Amino acid sequence: MKYAPLNLGRWILWSASALLFVAAPHLFKGGFALTMMTQMGTLIIFALSYNMLLGQGGMLSFGHAVYSGLGAYVTVHVLNQVGSGSFYFPVPLLPLVGGVAGLAFGVLFGYVTTRRAGTTFALISLGIGEMVFAGVLMFPGFFGGEAGISTNRVVGKPFFGLTFGPALQVYYLVAAWCFLSMAAMFALTQTPLGRMANAVRDNPERAEFVGYNTQHVRFLQLVLSSFFAGVSGALSCINFEIVSAENVSAIRSGGVLLATFIGGVPFFFGPILGAIVFVFFVVALSGFTKAWLLYLGLFFVLMVVYAPGGMASLILMQLRVLRAGRWRELAVPYALAALAALVALAGLIGLVEMVYRLSEQGASSVLTALGLSFDARSAPPWFAFAVALAVGLGALRLTSRRVGERWGAIQADLQAKAAA
Amino acid sequence: MEFFLVQSLNGVSYGLLLFMLSSGLTLVFSLMGVLNFAHASFYMLGAYFAYQVSAKIGFWPALVIAPLLVGAIGMLVERFGLRKVHRHGHVAELLFTFGLAYLLEEAVHLIWGRAAVEYRVPAELDGPLFQIMDSQYPIYRGFMMLVSVAMLVAIWLALTRTRIGLVIQAALTHPQTVEALGHNVPRVFMLVFGGGAALAGLAGVIGGNAFVTDPGMAAAVGPIIFVIVVVGGMGSLAGAFIASLLIGCLQTFAVSLDWSLGGISISQAAPVLPYLLMVLLLIFRPKGLMGTREG
Repeated sequence: MKYAPLNLGRWILWSASALLFVAAPHLFKGGFALTMMTQMGTLIIFALSYNMLLGQGGMLSFGHAVYSGLGAYVTVHVLNQVGSGSFYFPVPLLPLVGGVAGLAFGVLFGYVTTRRAGTTFALISLGIGEMVFAGVLMFPGFFGGEAGISTNRVVGKPFFGLTFGPALQVYYLVAAWCFLSMAAMFALTQTPLGRMANAVRDNPERAEFVGYNTQHVRFLQLVLSSFFAGVSGALSCINFEIVSAENVSAIRSGGVLLATFIGGVPFFFGPILGAIVFVFFVVALSGFTKAWLLYLGLFFVLMVVYAPGGMASLILMQLRVLRAGRWRELAVPYALAALAALVALAGLIGLVEMVYRLSEQGASSVLTALGLSFDARSAPPWFAFAVALAVGLGALRLTSRRVGERWGAIQADLQAKAAA
Repeated sequence: MEFFLVQSLNGVSYGLLLFMLSSGLTLVFSLMGVLNFAHASFYMLGAYFAYQVSAKIGFWPALVIAPLLVGAIGMLVERFGLRKVHRHGHVAELLFTFGLAYLLEEAVHLIWGRAAVEYRVPAELDGPLFQIMDSQYPIYRGFMMLVSVAMLVAIWLALTRTRIGLVIQAALTHPQTVEALGHNVPRVFMLVFGGGAALAGLAGVIGGNAFVTDPGMAAAVGPIIFVIVVVGGMGSLAGAFIASLLIGCLQTFAVSLDWSLGGISISQAAPVLPYLLMVLLLIFRPKGLMGTREG
């Protein structure tokens, strides 16, 4: 028996997240919060499964929704069969059905996609995604065409008194599956396969010299990841009670890529963070503005350029400085940079919203914000917002340079201390 | 027979249009190793710019101005975006262009709205070019072919007969040596990226009014040109040419044939065919038609 010390931090972290899952509906009350949290749980599984490809296996996929979507289609048919009384299957175990279906399609398509790595893999996954999307519209008998297939999750006998009618019960179902999947996917990163996937990502040539078939490793990783994608697809089917072509579309595939990347690809917990922020963006922001996709895209591009490790890396970077007790030195430069960013953002939002309002037919050109109202057809607001944007960007350049200098000095200090 | 003739002419003209798109993509890919996900968005921008310019001063100036504008945008994107991301590797570059495609589509929504705009074929090019038995062949299709072929010959001449073309070709294989000889390789990259974008823009100018100009046009044609690049073999111009014509004809014929197989007509299956071709090819010939690289 190898000596394995108890990893206390890990136990605390996982117990805390389990507690958070249980307590969340009591912390954030209301139907809106509950729908959002249910969606977050589903997307967390999906994003983590996506990161099994991108983060752990180095496979950039543009068609991951195929597995979750097809898993959801199979689930909806099983659920409808249960509803019509053909056979009995407990609703809370339906995600297993979705998972197995996702896995089966993973075996089928993965055989083709994982033959190549890198950019070609990305293109092939895109092609497979488009093929499945077109195929779904081609067979309306099974897939229900554009309208999709609707279902009713309250079927059969109650499962230990649970009917899954109320949204709260659905939330806890999603939460339970989310926690289980998180644990399972984390465990997978610790297995030899998980380690080999990392090796194949970092240096396929060497992995082959060690005696592994890189194609086989990629294939296994993709198959396992499509299982979890299927689980999340089944959960979304139970939650929304409808599955349509949108579930396998490029929009979904792109969405999960955005969520995962924004959260942070190099870290296991990155996609969890990303999923939460993404749902917040989609559900909350889309209620405020029709240009939310533009803001999301801009946020994504900025992350790609300036923070390729995602939000997770930004947080971890602060933790290091915080632990060394040097955060106070950064507080002022950070505050100044944040202020500059806010000014620039206000200018940008103002311009975008005015353009949007003018392109909308029949909409009034008068906008109101913070109690001020202005007309998008007159010149002064354009001028004001443009100036705000320009001044903000200029100030941001200056202030971020200062942050960079301070940051560099602190890092050099820390490194010198570590070396001594 | 006449059906076959007209359809193959249509297929070839569509294939040439696809090649205008895929050639830029392939050039940029083989030069910089960047797969420009936003390439189809430049196509869309070309169509929208042409619509705007031709509404103001006419189609012929638009034919020149719109691609130049798109090319300028491409150069700006390379200079201030891609070059920054370059140090993070190819995946980051691909992700950047993916985000850019999102942004450009949203920007088009923002400025021109979600519905299709009325970008029409100019009056002097509207009408039949010639008649094959009973079916007429539109002038505009011929014009499309003419522009694409002229463009392709021009590019071929520029790449093989001019100084800058030779530098580009050398930078394809030996960027360090070219740099050591005193050429500004990053500027060559910028030029090629802008050139690729301008080509896509030109394809948009002549394709936008032949088909439809709406915010969905990038998403509709994007996957097809990526399939072409894979089928032709990553980085091979000749392969891209063959694959473009193949897929152009495949789609044109599939839409117009009314054979059916097991309850599904060929025209219903048309959208799936290019992808099916890609899958089959990957199983039997993973490096693509003319590709040299495996893996």
